[in-house]
Amino acid sequence: MNGDRAPAASLPFEGRTDRSRRARLLVVLAAAAAALTICGLVVGSQGWSWSAWVSDLAGDQAGLIVGQIRLPRTLGAMLVGGLLGLGGAIAQGLLRNPLADPYLLGSAAGAALAVVVVLAAASSGADWVGSTTAAWLGQLGLVMAAFVGALGGVLLTLALARGAQHTLRLLLAGVVVGVLMGALGDLVTTVAPDALRGKQAFVLGSTGFLGWGSVGLMAFGLAVALPVAVRYARCLDALTLGEDSAASLGLDLPRVRLLLVALLALATGLAVSQAGLVAFVGLVAPHLVKRYAPAPHGYTLVASAATGAVLLLAADVLARGLVAPQELPVGVLTAVLGGGYLLWLLNRRALG
Amino acid sequence: MSTLSAHELMFGYGPRQVLDRVSCALDPGWTAIVGPNGAGKSTLLRLLAGLLRPQQGTARLDGEAVLALAARERARRIAWLAQQGEATGELDARETVQLGRLAHHGLFAAPTAVDDAAVDAAMQATECSAWQYRRLGELSGGERQRVLLARVLATEARVLLLDEPTTHLDPPHQVAVARLMRRLASTHTVVSVLHDLPLALLADRVLILRDGRMCWQGRSDDPSTHAALVDAFDGAIRIEQFGGRAQVVPDVSGPA
Repeated sequence: MNGDRAPAASLPFEGRTDRSRRARLLVVLAAAAAALTICGLVVGSQGWSWSAWVSDLAGDQAGLIVGQIRLPRTLGAMLVGGLLGLGGAIAQGLLRNPLADPYLLGSAAGAALAVVVVLAAASSGADWVGSTTAAWLGQLGLVMAAFVGALGGVLLTLALARGAQHTLRLLLAGVVVGVLMGALGDLVTTVAPDALRGKQAFVLGSTGFLGWGSVGLMAFGLAVALPVAVRYARCLDALTLGEDSAASLGLDLPRVRLLLVALLALATGLAVSQAGLVAFVGLVAPHLVKRYAPAPHGYTLVASAATGAVLLLAADVLARGLVAPQELPVGVLTAVLGGGYLLWLLNRRALG
Repeated sequence: MSTLSAHELMFGYGPRQVLDRVSCALDPGWTAIVGPNGAGKSTLLRLLAGLLRPQQGTARLDGEAVLALAARERARRIAWLAQQGEATGELDARETVQLGRLAHHGLFAAPTAVDDAAVDAAMQATECSAWQYRRLGELSGGERQRVLLARVLATEARVLLLDEPTTHLDPPHQVAVARLMRRLASTHTVVSVLHDLPLALLADRVLILRDGRMCWQGRSDDPSTHAALVDAFDGAIRIEQFGGRAQVVPDVSGPA
């Protein structure tokens, strides 16, 4: 009855699309988030030691440790992961590429360049304003610089691509901006080598600086970006038919694409300004959602944000606990976990 | 019922002129556009759908310029099926067909019972209801093509522009689609680009494009149309009467 019986590459979860998986995934993510939050409040400078936890909580520093350090850091890690997961899902939908990540349109390159410039200025400016002030300026300036740099990188990409008319042009422009800004950043660190160490830290990513201010800012950003993105999610669904087919459905594609790029820039800019260039979360979160619970983008965007939150929190808890009292940069863990996942994918012959 | 027409359409990429002053009237019924590879058939369909802007000339729907219509209104009145199934992503068959209703309920509103009924009817017409909850990527080429065709039907547009709708379909399904187009022809304006000449002869009218120019338009049962077809394909085919119908036969008897 049917024509050629050659289905597309098989998935590890083969079979009919099981819509009940969608609800199940959200429940699992909520449970994981709750469990990891508890871990996040428990793990500290002595790693996962039971006695350390008891003494931490029983001591008079409990309020400070938990309330001012661990809780905002735990919530912050989830919010960074959530923003990156959302950004990754938007990027993959917009560019119609399952290997896209939120850094592709110049946001990472712009942020890194801005950070390097501020670091270089702070190190050479220390002689004038005193090292403490310079350090404070540097810290404040780094967050602003990274955010502005991320937005600037995306703006430059849009300018080079002459708007969001064509997906391929957008992608190519993003690559060009990445290369250009990377080269400029290298130039700056050659001239001001003191900035190199700070740049390395930024590029690796860290959840160590997340306070209540960061949490508030990112929560606000996510509260704005996620609902708006979900509202326009059907446009991403239409794009799966192909650009011309989507246009034939009466959608104002260039305008919606521009809006989605703006949301992507906002989400990514906020995340990188607070935590640096955390690797792979934006790529892997939507990927995992789509493999386990394929669905229209309205669901995928939300689930990707939730998955990103859980992934980054897990990485953060591991980063704090694995080599306590030292901390691993969280970006190293996400790279190892993310890279491991991609390697597993390759080996499965299931690149669907 | 709607009439689509092209007036002196010209379109090219750089030095290459893909369409050169093409004019035609596509009346209600089923018109097949045929021609050698590279003749400009898909480009003509895109221009008629308002997906491309011509360098000169206009495409008109009931006298109004297609490009002058608001995008959503155009989407409600003209539906277009892409030549290659470019569909990617995670939607299942039913969700894909539901996209056809976007022109009606818009990006933000939820689908209504009317939309659901249209989706059901479209899937029944193309016989793909059985796997409506299977992911598009898991379906075979033929199954996917039927879902994409259902997506077009779900728009309930009066003008259907189908670029190679029978791609990937096995003979039983090619016949089923041809029968569907015959049925739709009584109430719609169906224009299909077809490589399959035997199917093309089942249409009401045949339009022959060659090298960007229109070299013939006429009824499919007209002997002059048959002669024009043989001519357009440089004698690679013969058209013979068999069982009371004109049949297309590849002619392998020429010089090697």
